[in-house]
Amino acid sequence: MKDNLVLNAAGREVVTEINGVPAVPYQGVGKFRPEGRKAAPPVPTCADYPADGNKVVADLRTALMKAGLRDGMTISTHHHFRNGDLVANRIFDAAAELGVKDLRWFPSAAFPCHEPLIRHLDSGVIHHIEGSMNGPLGDYASAGKMRGLGVLRSHGGRYQAVQDGEVHIDIAVIAAPTSDPFGNCNGVNGPSACGGLGFALADSQYADRVIVVTDNLVPYPCVPWQLMGNNVDSVVVVDKVGDPEKIVSGTTNITKSPDRLLIAELTARFVEAAGILRDGFSFQAGAGGTALSFALFLRDMMRAKNIRARFVRGGSTQYLVDMLNEGLTDYILDGQTFDLAGVRSMRDNPNHIHTNPFVSYNYHNKGNIASMIDVVVLGATEVDVHFNANVVTHSDGRLLHGIGGWQNCLFSKCTILPIPSFRDRIPVIVDEVTTLCGPGELIDVIVTERGIAINPLRQDLIDRTKNSGLPLRTIESLKDEIESICGGAPEKPRFRDNPIAAIKWVDGTVIDIVRQLQ
Amino acid sequence: MNMKAEAGRSGKNVRSDCRVAIALRESGGIDLQLRSKVDALYGASIRALAAEVLDKFEIQNAEVVIEDSGALPYTIAARIETAVKRLRPDETRSFLLPYREGLRRATTRDRFRRSRLYLPGNDPKLAINAGIHQPDGVILDLEDSVAPPEKDAARLLVRNTLREVDFYGAERMVRINQLPLGLADLDAIIPQEPNLILIPKVESAAQVTEVVDHIESLRASFGIEMPVHLMPIIESARGAVQAFEIACAHGSVVALAIGLEDYTADIGAERTLEGNESLWMRGAVLNAARAAGVQAIDTVFSDVNDMDALLASVREAKALGFDGKGCIHPRQIPVVHTGFAPDAREIEKAKKIVRAFDEAERLGLGVVSLGSKMIDPPVVKRAQHTIDLALRTGILNEGWKEEENEG
Repeated sequence: MKDNLVLNAAGREVVTEINGVPAVPYQGVGKFRPEGRKAAPPVPTCADYPADGNKVVADLRTALMKAGLRDGMTISTHHHFRNGDLVANRIFDAAAELGVKDLRWFPSAAFPCHEPLIRHLDSGVIHHIEGSMNGPLGDYASAGKMRGLGVLRSHGGRYQAVQDGEVHIDIAVIAAPTSDPFGNCNGVNGPSACGGLGFALADSQYADRVIVVTDNLVPYPCVPWQLMGNNVDSVVVVDKVGDPEKIVSGTTNITKSPDRLLIAELTARFVEAAGILRDGFSFQAGAGGTALSFALFLRDMMRAKNIRARFVRGGSTQYLVDMLNEGLTDYILDGQTFDLAGVRSMRDNPNHIHTNPFVSYNYHNKGNIASMIDVVVLGATEVDVHFNANVVTHSDGRLLHGIGGWQNCLFSKCTILPIPSFRDRIPVIVDEVTTLCGPGELIDVIVTERGIAINPLRQDLIDRTKNSGLPLRTIESLKDEIESICGGAPEKPRFRDNPIAAIKWVDGTVIDIVRQLQ
Repeated sequence: MNMKAEAGRSGKNVRSDCRVAIALRESGGIDLQLRSKVDALYGASIRALAAEVLDKFEIQNAEVVIEDSGALPYTIAARIETAVKRLRPDETRSFLLPYREGLRRATTRDRFRRSRLYLPGNDPKLAINAGIHQPDGVILDLEDSVAPPEKDAARLLVRNTLREVDFYGAERMVRINQLPLGLADLDAIIPQEPNLILIPKVESAAQVTEVVDHIESLRASFGIEMPVHLMPIIESARGAVQAFEIACAHGSVVALAIGLEDYTADIGAERTLEGNESLWMRGAVLNAARAAGVQAIDTVFSDVNDMDALLASVREAKALGFDGKGCIHPRQIPVVHTGFAPDAREIEKAKKIVRAFDEAERLGLGVVSLGSKMIDPPVVKRAQHTIDLALRTGILNEGWKEEENEG
């Protein structure tokens, strides 16, 4: 072990310092108690802002200069526009023009559309990224090309890092589908409508300076104001903040893969057999193919048994909206919206609630939604025989995904991972995960096309489903069968010693690191 | 001898397959270039397998390129062997990986054949998980789903599939090509002990006999004891007229199946949703099958998106007397099983008959009677079949006799 690494409670070698700041190794679920008081930005004065409320400035560059952009600052963005974001790249183009260096980019997630930022990483405008790195930026980091250490946090963990002052945001740039000149903004109106703006809430509250960028300026007041203009310094109007087709899809299609449909169906049957499906229950299922199909199988069962959910947590789509309208659930508590039907519903239906990571996921808090949900279904790139799971790296060791709300959701009353047991020839159930993102003690059930494995810690679930006729088996037997199909146990990816990213647990401790690929 | 050959497929939309290109050369040994999405996990394993296959065929000097999209070892081996045999058309040796344990299981003549899932023989990705959908049978197809230039490749892939892929208890069927090409298929397939061979476009008993003779000589030379059942497919006007003779051609025929695309073209009709044009033929084949004491299997239902219409079509087939239906998509399988499941009235009636039969057995009576009515043996058999179907579909509990006695 290298001097600067220690073994954490999960038996993983982790860093004790991240980009010069001390970091606490993971101590176990519920063992570490984050303490202290909330961080706070400097308190501004009305005298420094126009009394008519008009904070519009000429362009992004002007707004950044006005915000005092200089070397070494932390710039945050949000990912509500997903792969259709047109703003983040422009911030760093402007920074480059201004000759600013060594910025820390703190996005709630990065997407393949941010590949052009590699140029600014190479040239030194950006020092490093702290946030999910999906696709090309993950590849860039995996190759050891990024200067600082990447930090991956869950949505709740990101909120906590900002709230606790672990990450101090100098300038938050919030791309908003609709805003007024004062900076009140929302995501439900305008040509780039994306639904909610919850991921930018912490940024708007805790950043020193807040810039709203919009392509749909409306006269004051912009209602609803999902984010308050009282936190905003300037407003920038541009032609286009996002590419609507890549922000939300016109329609969301369920998977046609028979194997995934089978997994989704088995998952729904498990939920029913385990007694979770009852009046007033709640569930969370995202917009991934399998999760969405699971929701539809559940819907059919709810119809057949005349069961109504109290709330459904999304990732909302047309399908969840239909369930809301049909009366199969009282509410949708929506974290992000995946299609136009979801956006319209959030705008028009008072029972379609806009949420944010503070209410949903933040661990350093007086409770959150995640632990109140009866059942969640989540994905994973790998699960090991101890039910530990990985969502950030592929089995070949490349960093390719963010954590999202995944870690936070593990606190639900029943966490199910419906996953294929192998993808092409890549085993998903392995002896040890490449990167630990979620401890096995929080992962209750693995549903694969070849059978269902229940965590031995959940004797209650085992008892309730033993006579269900479902294909229950041990996770070891699944792993053995998959290895025999794939041609033996896979080789382990070959890493160098040096870490390229730290993986934070929900409480802010370091649960694992990702190393540079050889 | 050719100097260059290739086999298999690669590309962005290809999964679980690989493309192998071999260029022989005079010297320089083997130069293997592997491009694989699973290189980090299985690169060494793929290289070792490739070396083993090439060694088997004594290829010592060649440039070999493998573009792999996550192919399993049996597929990689089949693709390399196909490329080798395209280089050397007279090559008779085979490269066989070990036969996976537990796959060779005999099936009975009268087992359930409600659903049989067609799998294109030259596409590995659909076969790997076919068994998890629990069809009564899988058909590895060498005929219509395989383009003529790929028949050789499909034959080796299907051969390896039979040795490697676990279909979790589904009956292992292979549809061969029309004769004489089908005889070469049998040479590759029969030594792997499939349960059943589908013979396409059968029009005479002699065609069945020719297949039987070839199978029997292969079984004798390979010492195969497991039975190989036959399912001739009737798909022409002439075939329909000869259906009874075809069904009686040999004792290994267990079922007659129907193919309607070719049949409707043959009689000069258009295929319609209602299917009036094929009603006579389906009745004729069904009657011939019953007369010969074999199962009657209906055609496939080709709209994979319309499950309601599929269910209606299965219920119609059941009402006509058919035992099974072809499937071209795994999601059709549970619908087909539901459609063939007996309803509550049928089950109640069957229970009474089976109980009466048990009672007669217990008392040592030669005649089964229910109330004042005598029950003929075919009715008892039919009732037992209904009970078995209900058990298989899960709508009746295994312990139904005890439960009802307790109640």
